[in-house]
Amino acid sequence: MTPEQIRSEIEAAIPGCSVEVAPNGAVPGQASLAVDRLHALEAAWFLRRHPGLLLDFCSNVAGVDWLDREISEKVKVRKLVDGVEQEAEETRKSKIPGRLEAVYHLFSIEKKQGPVILRVRTENRSDRVEIPSLTPVWRSAEFQEREIFDLYGIVFTGHPDLRRLLMWEGFTDHPMRKDYVPPPEDDGPQDPRGAVGKEAAAG
Amino acid sequence: MLGEGIVRGLAETARNFFGSFAEKERLTTVQFPEERRVPFEAARNFPFLVYDGDGKESGLRCVACLICEKECPPRCIHIDKSKDKKPDFVGKAQFYPAAFTIDVSVCMSCQICVEVCPFEAIKMDTAFELSTDDRFAGLLWGKDRLAKSNEHYHAIHPTEAAEVDERRGQEKAAAEAKAKPAAQPAEAR
Amino acid sequence: MISSLKEMPREAGETGGMAGSGAGSQLLEVAMGPHHPSTHGVFRMDVQLEGERVVRLKPVFGYLHRNHEQIAEKTSYLGSMPYTDRLDYLCSMSNNWAYALTVEKLTGLQPPERAEYIRVIMAELTRVQNHAGLIGFLLQDMGASGTPLMYAFREREKILDLFEWVSGARMMCNYMRFGGVRVDLPEGWVEGALAFVERAPRFLDEYEGLLRNSEIVMARTQGVGLLPAELAVNAGVTGPMLRASGVNYDLRKVDRYGVYDRFSFRVPLGEKGDVYDRYMMRLLEMRESVSILAQALRDLPGGPILDPKSKLRGLRPKAGEVYGRIEAPKGELGFYLISDGSTNPYRYRVRPPSLINLTVLEDMCLDRSVADVVVILGSVDIVLGEVDR
Repeated sequence: MTPEQIRSEIEAAIPGCSVEVAPNGAVPGQASLAVDRLHALEAAWFLRRHPGLLLDFCSNVAGVDWLDREISEKVKVRKLVDGVEQEAEETRKSKIPGRLEAVYHLFSIEKKQGPVILRVRTENRSDRVEIPSLTPVWRSAEFQEREIFDLYGIVFTGHPDLRRLLMWEGFTDHPMRKDYVPPPEDDGPQDPRGAVGKEAAAG
Repeated sequence: MLGEGIVRGLAETARNFFGSFAEKERLTTVQFPEERRVPFEAARNFPFLVYDGDGKESGLRCVACLICEKECPPRCIHIDKSKDKKPDFVGKAQFYPAAFTIDVSVCMSCQICVEVCPFEAIKMDTAFELSTDDRFAGLLWGKDRLAKSNEHYHAIHPTEAAEVDERRGQEKAAAEAKAKPAAQPAEAR
Repeated sequence: MISSLKEMPREAGETGGMAGSGAGSQLLEVAMGPHHPSTHGVFRMDVQLEGERVVRLKPVFGYLHRNHEQIAEKTSYLGSMPYTDRLDYLCSMSNNWAYALTVEKLTGLQPPERAEYIRVIMAELTRVQNHAGLIGFLLQDMGASGTPLMYAFREREKILDLFEWVSGARMMCNYMRFGGVRVDLPEGWVEGALAFVERAPRFLDEYEGLLRNSEIVMARTQGVGLLPAELAVNAGVTGPMLRASGVNYDLRKVDRYGVYDRFSFRVPLGEKGDVYDRYMMRLLEMRESVSILAQALRDLPGGPILDPKSKLRGLRPKAGEVYGRIEAPKGELGFYLISDGSTNPYRYRVRPPSLINLTVLEDMCLDRSVADVVVILGSVDIVLGEVDR
């Protein structure tokens, strides 16, 4: 099934659910399905139980951080210049607000098919970062969602045990975010232009 | 019968124990400080800088192009480029590293610096007994410690070094051949 | 073992480490690890015990966390290759392959035939040494101290010699490149590998005979740590552990990546999904790996080892994303890459089989004794470098 077919089936089965097919520019270029967060859990159950898909195996859950981006594209517009209609190029700038994203790679062990790629997006990167947890559907998401909560700060509502996975308790930041500033290292590479380096260089 | 499996298992241990006296296959231990394995030709540990001839300073192949510094995954290489130039093996004026340091406490022996070097200047050494009592200056190697002769390179990686020498010989011959026709018209004039 | 009184979130009604639950029974919280010989590294399990019975078990991770993914996002595509060696540091060749395969999918590079065969040979050698080592550790955890592990390491040594011969390093091989492998096999290597393959069946027979029929091993492993197939699939368990539960899912057969479609081999399947099945699964898989090795070494074609389009520096894939996976010895090892057209990946994610296989650890351990927890964890086959990344 193509992503477009899956999309129309989801939208037909779940009223009010909006699914967007996100394109992919890579060489194999498999498009993914961006499901709106209110209906993500229902859509996940639908995909798992769908007789033609039977996506019983959620392999990989990855968090992605998208910063605010500005895209400028050139558009051809027709305008009236001195009473004559002319074609002119205009640069339009559109702002894509930053958001966090959880990407689920779903396979079917039963049918030996896959993957179907599901994306669930948060509203923004700062305060509205809740999306529903898909752990009730696939338990393999349990630790991976915890990891995303830890490293990206997405809050998965409905997760049975949402705690930090890799960083320690009491750590406050989210180190995989693109704007994360690490604390100064004390065991990184030595600066050879520093005192020790000059001594070593001298022999 | 209860215990049969255990007895059968013990028979395997016995076979291995007595077999180890007869077969080299079953006893592979090398009694290290007294006995030493000959290292494989591809073996690698930490990088060193190759120099030609006797000049530890003048024969250094490195031209301070900074490619390895940029490509090194843990960023343990630091190079200071020279202000002046000196001729390289084909006679072309090149920069040289005023300072070249590798922090071997950070180096992970991945060999990427060797692969990206276009001048065959940095190669992997096989020495591994490198302990020191100074964990800062003792593990930050400068040009002096890193520079090793081409003969050393031939001794540890003979096949590879021979290939490199051949390639450099060809380059040099090509450069000389190119220089000659350029010189002749000048004489004619 | 240190008893821990504060780490675990408490349920309502509990007052401390020792809390009453019913008449005459008390719960004891024990932190197994991070420095416990049976955890194979720095891994901790917070276990709640009633007598010797496990009533709750929560794994605690992160002691070896180094933010591998962030390091990779700040390095070039090539620069991450040596870091993948350090994920599952027993199987660096498989990790290299998984990463190279994913970047090849992203860029469209095609490794030549000889490189594909070499990759299969390296991956199967890795599988043999990983499984041999795992069985050694598992039996060691059960009390067979030393002997099986030493036998396994003796054979592993021969494989590591083969790795060092070709790549220069025993464990941190850094051997694969995008579109092929780094160097060609040196002279005499194929003969050396064939000699290993010839000797391998004798080793496997002995290794199997050592403890397979032992009554003690059977009593300790049969019926212990049961994992039903349905739960295994739902929890994303992969690799030998999934197949021990009777689910026929081997990526070498499903995805047919590389040249695996050219070899005839069987996928062993378990029935019950207990520790004994998982132990047997590894023994049987080693035999299949040896048979693949024999076929691959026999058919190894000549030719180039690197795609001519591949370049070492300045790789800039088109913007897009890709997920690539292989059947690593521990399960499905996946890499998820998002490229934004620059020289660094925008997003680099590793799907670690060791971590995800631990999802079901609690389910397998409930109602068993502490001694069984050790055996069950041993049968999962984890390497902390990959769990914590």
